[in-house]
Amino acid sequence: MSDNNKNAPKGFIGRFLALPTDSVPKTIFVAVAVCLVASMIVSAAAVALRPTQAVNALKDKQINILQVAGIYDPSQDVLEAFAAFEPKVLELATGEFTDQFDPASFDDRSAADDPATSVALSDDPAGIVRQGKFVTVYLLRDEAGAIDKVILPIHGYGLWSTLYGFIALEENGNDIFGLQFYEHAETPGLGAEVDNPRWKALWNGKKLVDDSGELQISVTKAVPPAGKDYHIDALAGATLTTAGVHNLVNFWMGEAGYRRFLENLKAGNV
Amino acid sequence: MAHKRKEMLIDPLVDNNPITLQVLGICSALAVTSSLKVAVVMAIAVTLVTAFSSMFISMLRNHIPGSIRIIVQMVIIASLVILVDQMLKAYAFEISKTLSVFVGLIITNCIVMGRAEAFAMKNPPLDSFIDGIGNGLGYGLILMLVGTIRELFGSGSLFGVTILETVNNGGWYVPNGLLLLPPSAFFIIGLIIWAFRSWKTNQVEEREYKIQTVEAH
Repeated sequence: MSDNNKNAPKGFIGRFLALPTDSVPKTIFVAVAVCLVASMIVSAAAVALRPTQAVNALKDKQINILQVAGIYDPSQDVLEAFAAFEPKVLELATGEFTDQFDPASFDDRSAADDPATSVALSDDPAGIVRQGKFVTVYLLRDEAGAIDKVILPIHGYGLWSTLYGFIALEENGNDIFGLQFYEHAETPGLGAEVDNPRWKALWNGKKLVDDSGELQISVTKAVPPAGKDYHIDALAGATLTTAGVHNLVNFWMGEAGYRRFLENLKAGNV
Repeated sequence: MAHKRKEMLIDPLVDNNPITLQVLGICSALAVTSSLKVAVVMAIAVTLVTAFSSMFISMLRNHIPGSIRIIVQMVIIASLVILVDQMLKAYAFEISKTLSVFVGLIITNCIVMGRAEAFAMKNPPLDSFIDGIGNGLGYGLILMLVGTIRELFGSGSLFGVTILETVNNGGWYVPNGLLLLPPSAFFIIGLIIWAFRSWKTNQVEEREYKIQTVEAH
């Protein structure tokens, strides 16, 4: 780093290097020079490595979709296994699939930032500010071709970060098969226990709405009046992350989220 | 000179170990030792960062003004840590997920700053580089020791390979859950320090107080 500087005793840089080390101009020069060089190296690395990181992130997301659907096999090639899913772009307002976008290239996150394909939320319990009008969902069909499971992306704010994950629902659109977050920055050992397999297993078999069609699912310390079928125990020591998960699940499963789609699914109109 | 350099590399392993003698870098030693694989990656990362940051800081040492010395060191260390973090995300994604925030926290690891201040600011680049490698290895050695104990007795495996079949998987071994929690690393590091100081008695620090005996009247 300093070699270039040393080899140039004269000129602009050389003049500064020749100054007494503790003088004000030299201090400012060293500060600026170190910051410039460091920022160039860091940004060069970030830009050069981004494609490889993006491939990893995509693979990780696909593994998470496989895991949440309960069909992940580490010995199998991820891309091959992932072909079992049928990706579809869903319009949340109608609860129907749309052909406007190609599901293979549709990017939920950039669509949620684009004013043309998203809405600013006034009532925002999940803390996501803007919600995309379209999302990519994944269908898993059984041998007969009927829908077996649907995997829906969900996200919302926890304590430090937005948690991105998937919820897998059975074909009736009401029974939860699993829930998994693939990206978050919650506190390791506390909020990050959302990744704990034992906690995730609690979600299996829970129901979203009761017989009267009321959304009852809750992630709280106490069992709510609706009963155990609609309750997932809170994470100890992670009150705010738990509240975030409760809010985001309720938001996405509610009217502003997948409610129409789930009703269509239940009625067999998908 | 060559002899001195060898000493610089070997010394921090036992005689001047950053964890057991200088008692630096304890925080990350608690966090990343629940499994050996993570401990190894962390040890390599810290060794590389310590070595290269010491080298760069040593190259610049005659031009770093005293008033902004620490900040300049931090900028160099932080840049290197970001580089390591980016590399891990690109080439060891799984491990980077397990290490999560702890890679970023190498920036605040006292060993890196400690060597920069204590050694690199006063010594030539190559010596500083070797000193960094030595101290990184000393840190890594303790990390591996603690990691071996914690993973073997906490989950009955080493590097993820089952050694003691646990009861949960139908075996006989009842794992000690405490060893998977961070406080256990405190106990183990404490015991290692005790063992080291019993073996090398010159490492025992002098007491800062004296027990006074008062003559009875």
